[in-house]
Amino acid sequence: MSKAVSALAGAKASVLVAIEERGLQGMITLRGDFASAAFKKAVKSVLGVDLPGQRAVAVAGEKAVAWMSPDELLVMVPHEEADAVVEALSGALKSEHHLAVNVSDARAVFRLSGKDALVREVIAKVAPVDMAGFGPGQIRRTRISQVAGAFWQPEAGVLDLVCFRSVAQYVFDLLKVSAMEGSEVGHLG
Amino acid sequence: MSTRLSSGGRLVNRAKQVSFTFNGKRMTGYEGDTLGSALLANDQMMVGRSFKYHRPRGIVASGVEEPNALVNLGQGARMEPNQRVTTTELFDGLTATSQNHWPSLEFDIGAVNTYLWRFLPAGFYYKMFMYPRAFWKHVYEPFIRQSAGLGKAPDAETLDADLYEHFHAYVDVLVIGGGVAGLQAALSAGRAGARVMLIEQTAHWGGRAPVDGGTIDGMAPGAWVEQAVAELSGMENVKMRPRTMGAGVYDHGYVLGYERVNDHKPGAKGVRHRLWRIRAQRIVSAGGAIERPLSFAGNDLPGVMLASAVRDYIVDYGVSPGDRVVVVTNNDDAYRTALAVKAAGLQVPVILDARPNGGGALAEAAKKAGIRVENGKGIAKVKGGKRVTGVAICLQAGEGSVIEEIACDAVAMSGGWSPVVHLWSHCGGKLLWDAERAMFRPDGAKPPTDQDGEGFVVCAGNANGAMTLDAVMADATLQGAGAAAELGFKGAAAGAKGEAEAEAPMAAVWMMPQGANIKLRMKSWLDYQNDVKVSDVQLAAREGYESVEHAKRYTTLGMATDQGKLSNINGLAILSYALNQPIPQTGTTTFRPPYTPISMGAIGGAARAEVFQPIRRTSLYDWHEAQNAYWEPVGQWRRPYCYPKAGESHHDAVTREINQTRNSLGLLDASTLGKLIVKGPDAGKFLDLMYTNMMSNLAVGKCRYGLMCNENGFLSDDGVVARMDEDTWLCHTTTGGADRIHAHMEEWLQTEWWDLKVYVANVTEQWAQFAVVGPNGRKVLEKLGGMDVSKETLPFMQWAEGTLGGVKARAFRISFSGELSYEIAVPASEGRAFWDMLLKAGEEFGATPYGTEALHVLRAEKGFIMIGDETDGTVIPQDLGLDWAISKKKTDYIGKRGQERIHMVRPDRWKLVGLETLDGSVIPDGAYAVDEGKNSNGQRNTQGRVTSTYYSPTLGRGIALGIVRDGPKRMGEVIEFPKTDGTSVKARIVDPVFYDKEGAKQNV
Repeated sequence: MSKAVSALAGAKASVLVAIEERGLQGMITLRGDFASAAFKKAVKSVLGVDLPGQRAVAVAGEKAVAWMSPDELLVMVPHEEADAVVEALSGALKSEHHLAVNVSDARAVFRLSGKDALVREVIAKVAPVDMAGFGPGQIRRTRISQVAGAFWQPEAGVLDLVCFRSVAQYVFDLLKVSAMEGSEVGHLG
Repeated sequence: MSTRLSSGGRLVNRAKQVSFTFNGKRMTGYEGDTLGSALLANDQMMVGRSFKYHRPRGIVASGVEEPNALVNLGQGARMEPNQRVTTTELFDGLTATSQNHWPSLEFDIGAVNTYLWRFLPAGFYYKMFMYPRAFWKHVYEPFIRQSAGLGKAPDAETLDADLYEHFHAYVDVLVIGGGVAGLQAALSAGRAGARVMLIEQTAHWGGRAPVDGGTIDGMAPGAWVEQAVAELSGMENVKMRPRTMGAGVYDHGYVLGYERVNDHKPGAKGVRHRLWRIRAQRIVSAGGAIERPLSFAGNDLPGVMLASAVRDYIVDYGVSPGDRVVVVTNNDDAYRTALAVKAAGLQVPVILDARPNGGGALAEAAKKAGIRVENGKGIAKVKGGKRVTGVAICLQAGEGSVIEEIACDAVAMSGGWSPVVHLWSHCGGKLLWDAERAMFRPDGAKPPTDQDGEGFVVCAGNANGAMTLDAVMADATLQGAGAAAELGFKGAAAGAKGEAEAEAPMAAVWMMPQGANIKLRMKSWLDYQNDVKVSDVQLAAREGYESVEHAKRYTTLGMATDQGKLSNINGLAILSYALNQPIPQTGTTTFRPPYTPISMGAIGGAARAEVFQPIRRTSLYDWHEAQNAYWEPVGQWRRPYCYPKAGESHHDAVTREINQTRNSLGLLDASTLGKLIVKGPDAGKFLDLMYTNMMSNLAVGKCRYGLMCNENGFLSDDGVVARMDEDTWLCHTTTGGADRIHAHMEEWLQTEWWDLKVYVANVTEQWAQFAVVGPNGRKVLEKLGGMDVSKETLPFMQWAEGTLGGVKARAFRISFSGELSYEIAVPASEGRAFWDMLLKAGEEFGATPYGTEALHVLRAEKGFIMIGDETDGTVIPQDLGLDWAISKKKTDYIGKRGQERIHMVRPDRWKLVGLETLDGSVIPDGAYAVDEGKNSNGQRNTQGRVTSTYYSPTLGRGIALGIVRDGPKRMGEVIEFPKTDGTSVKARIVDPVFYDKEGAKQNV
C-alpha cells in the first residue's frame, strides 16, 4: 500500500492567524430524504448523531455530520474509515433511495486558528457570510472568493475550511493574502 | 493671492509641517491639510487646464464635487490620474502634477482652442461624424486626441505597488454620511438596539456643521459632534468607519462601501483600499447637500469658488483664498461666508444678492459687521486672465450693462443647495421638485423597494431636503429611529435639538443676469470639467434635443468624472427654460453608481498575482512542472500540452510522444476528465433522457460512449458511461464539461423531473485517472499486478475494479487513440504514487508521458470528434456522422425535438469529413473552403470549414477534420482553402478515419 498524501502535504503559514492544511480527512457525500425515519435512523446508528438542522454541524468524537442542502449531508470520519462507513451507510439504507459516496480525496481541509475575531475577519474577506453571527455548531456552504467551499468552527478561535483538492493551493494562497500583517479590519472585534 | 492665515484651521496641526511637490515645485503644508488646502496655502490658485478649451482652471470646491482640480498623483507604480485635490489628504513626500496641458500649466498651446470656440459647439463630435469618414480619421481624431482628455493612463506594464481586498458585512441599519445628520441617525438607530454601521467618506466626523454654526442641544456643533462620536464608539452594536464612502446602492439592500485605508500613508502595511460589500436591512442616506455655482460670465476663472468652499478653507484649514472676496448669492447661506471672511480679518468689498429684497437675519448681521450689501445685483462678468482681478456688477433683472467694477482676488458664489440624492436614486427612489427652494429632494412616498416591496432606503438631514440645523436634527432623529423601528427595534424617540438663524427664502437664479446676452452666455460655464456652457445647452435645445438624457450626451453635460455634481441641476434648468417647460417635466438624468470614482484595485480586491484566478491542479501538477511541461489552460485546469526535452521544439516533442504511444507505451494524466455518479431507481430512465442513446440497457461492468445535447439539439458534451451496479452509473464528461453537465443534470432533476428518484454527485476530483496507451499497455499493468486485465476478462468497452500495484483501482478498457488502451482511476491521494509505479514499470517499454496536443492528434487520426473543436454550439450529432449514437427507439431525449426541425434535417448541411491536403501541408485552423460566386455582401461564398487540423506523424502528412456541405457524399472531390497570406491550399475530401479504420489495434 502506497502512502496517501493530501493536496499540500500539511503546508503551514503564520500571518495574522495560523493557517494549516490539515492532511487527509475522510468525507462522504450522503444524499437522501431527511424526512424519512429510516434515513434518520441510519445516520444515528452508523454515525452516532442526530440529523443536524439547517446550516448546522453535529459532532460525535472523530465523526461529524454537516448539513449541506435540504437533501445532502457531509459526513466526516477518519480517512481510512471512509470506504467502510460508505458501506455501512449503504447497508443501513438498502431499502431507501439514497446516495453515499466517498469524496475524501476530492477535498482539502484547512484550519485557521488565532484570535477569534481575526479568524472570522479573514473569512469575511473571502466569503459572503455574516461572520458576526457565526460560531461553533454552524456550517456554511458558500464560496471562498472564486471557488466553492464550506467552513465551520470546532471552537472559538478555530475554523476549519474545506474546498476542492484541485484548488487547495489557490485557497491556501488566498487565506495567506487575506490574513497578511497590517490588514486587520477591526469590524468583528 | 491665496495664502495661509496666521491662525485658525480646526483640522490642521500647525505643529507638524508636511512637504510635497506640485509640478516639481516643492511646497509645504500641515498635517490635516488636503492637497487642495495646501495648494491654496501656497498660492497655487491655478491647478489645471480645461478639457476642451484649455482654459486656466482653479479649485472651486472643498469636497467630492470638485470638478477642476484633478491631478496625476504619485509616480511609477503608484501613479494615479484624475485624483481630486480636495479629497486627497496631504502626506509627507506627496507628488502631484497637473493634467491636460502642453507644454506647461502656465503656457499651454491648446489654449488656442478657446479662440476656436465657434468650431467646437455642442454636439461637435456628432456633427463631425457626419462628414466624410476619412476626414474624421485623418483630421479631427488626431487633433481631438491630442487636445482633449484628462489624466494620462498609468503605464500598462507597471504593476500597481499596492494591495486591495474585499470585506463582507451584514447590518440592520447602514448610515451613510457622518455629518451631524448621520451621527444623529446612527444614535437613534443604535440606541434602539439595531446593528448599525456608520460610514463617512472623509477622515472627520461632523461634516460641515462645525463650519456653519448654530447650536445643537445648546452646544457648538463641534462639541456636540465630539459627544456623539464618544457615545457611538461606546456602543457594541454600532460600528463606525471613516474614510469610507457609500459608492452605490443596489437591489436587496446591497451597498458597496469604498474605504481608503492607506491613501494618506502610502506604503503602510496592509491594503490601500478595501471594498465593503454590505447587506443592510435598511439604509439611511445622510450624504448632505452640494452647493450650486451661479452661471455668470467668467465663472470658471481661478479664484471663483463656491461660497461654502471659501469658508471651509478659512475655518477648517486657516487658508485664505484672497484678501478681498466678493460674495454673490441668491440665498442667505452665503452670508455665512462673508462673515467668516470678515472674521478672519479679510475684506468683503461687496455682497451681491440677486434677490430684489435681499436676505434675512444673516444679511442683517453682515450689514452690522460693516459689509456693503447690494440687493438685486449680480455679476455681469468676472475680470482677469489666469486669476480673478475684479468683477463687473450689473442688475440681475437686466441684460448685463455694467454699473460698477470692483477689484477683488476671489469670488464666493452660491446658487443654492442640492441634496445629495444619488444613493436614494441608485435603486429607483423618486424625486420631487421643491420649487420654493429650487431643488430636487427625495419623494418619501416613492422609495426604492426591496424584495418584499418595502422601501429600504431613507434619507436624513440635508440629503432629505431638511436644510436648516433645526430641521436636520429633527429629521435625522426621525429617520434613524424609523429605520430601526421598521425592523422591530423600538427606542426612545428623543434626539438632539438644533438651532440656527432663520433664513429668508432663496430665489432661483439660473442665469446671471437673467437676460444675459449671447456673449455673456458663451462665457458662462455649467460643466467645468467637460467645458459645457449655457450657450451649448441652449443650442442643443434649439437643435431639437428635448430629452434631458439626449441633451446630456449631445452636449456632454455631466458626463465627466464628476458626473455633473455641480452642473446637472443648473444645466437642466437652462434646458427647461430653453424648452419653455417646467423643471420637473425635464427631469433629471439617471444617477448611477459609483457616487465618485472608485479604484479598479478595490474592485479587483485580492484577486491579483497568484490568486488572480484559481488554477486547478491535478495530483501530478508538481511532477508535470518538474518535467518542464508546456502548459495549456483547459478551463481553470492546467494540463501539459507536451513535455519538451532539452533543445526540443514543441512540434518535435508532440511527434515523439505520438510515435512512442503508437509504437510502445504512452501515459496521459486524464484526471481532469469529469466524473459524475448518477444513482437511484430512476437513474436509467433519467440517463436515457439526458443522452441521445440508450443507457438504461447498459449491462453492469460495461461501458458505452454517449452524447448529450441541449434543448435545441446541438451537441453539448460527450463521454463514456460505465454502469457500476444495478442503480448506479458513472458518467464521464469532458474536462471543461464536468461542472456544467453536473449543473445541467441537477437543473433538470430539480426543476422538471423532480419526480424521478435520482441523485447525482460530482466525484471528478476523488480520482486520479491515467490513460495507459499503446501496444505495451497491458504488459505494464500486468507487471504492477493485482487484477486480471487480459482481453478475455477485460475486453474492450468493459471495466473492472480491483487493485493494481497494491492501490485500489478501477480499470476502464476505453480508447481515445485507437490503440490498446486502459484508463486507470485510483484515489487522488495515491495518484502521484501510482504514476511513479507506472513510470517505473514502464521504463523497459520507454514509457512516454504525452500531453494534450498528442492526445488531440491521436484522436484526430482516428476521426474521433472533440467537443469544442468539431462542435461550436451550432452542430448537431447528425452533422458529425454520429447517427449511430442516436437512439431511434426512444420516445424522447433532450434535443430530439430540436433535431427534427426543418433546418436540422436539410440534406445540404455541412457534415464531417476528413481532409487531405494535396501537397501534404497542414491547413490553417479555422480556414474556410470557398465556393463559386459571392453573397449579397460581396463576400466569397463558402462551402465548409476546418474544425481540427494537425500534422500527423503516423501518416507523415497534414490531416484535418472539417465540416463540408453535403460532404460525406462528395468523397474524392478537391476543395480549396484560401490562407491569410493570399495563397490557398487544396484538399481532397476523404473518410474522417485516417488510421486503422477496422479498429484492429484497439481491440486486442
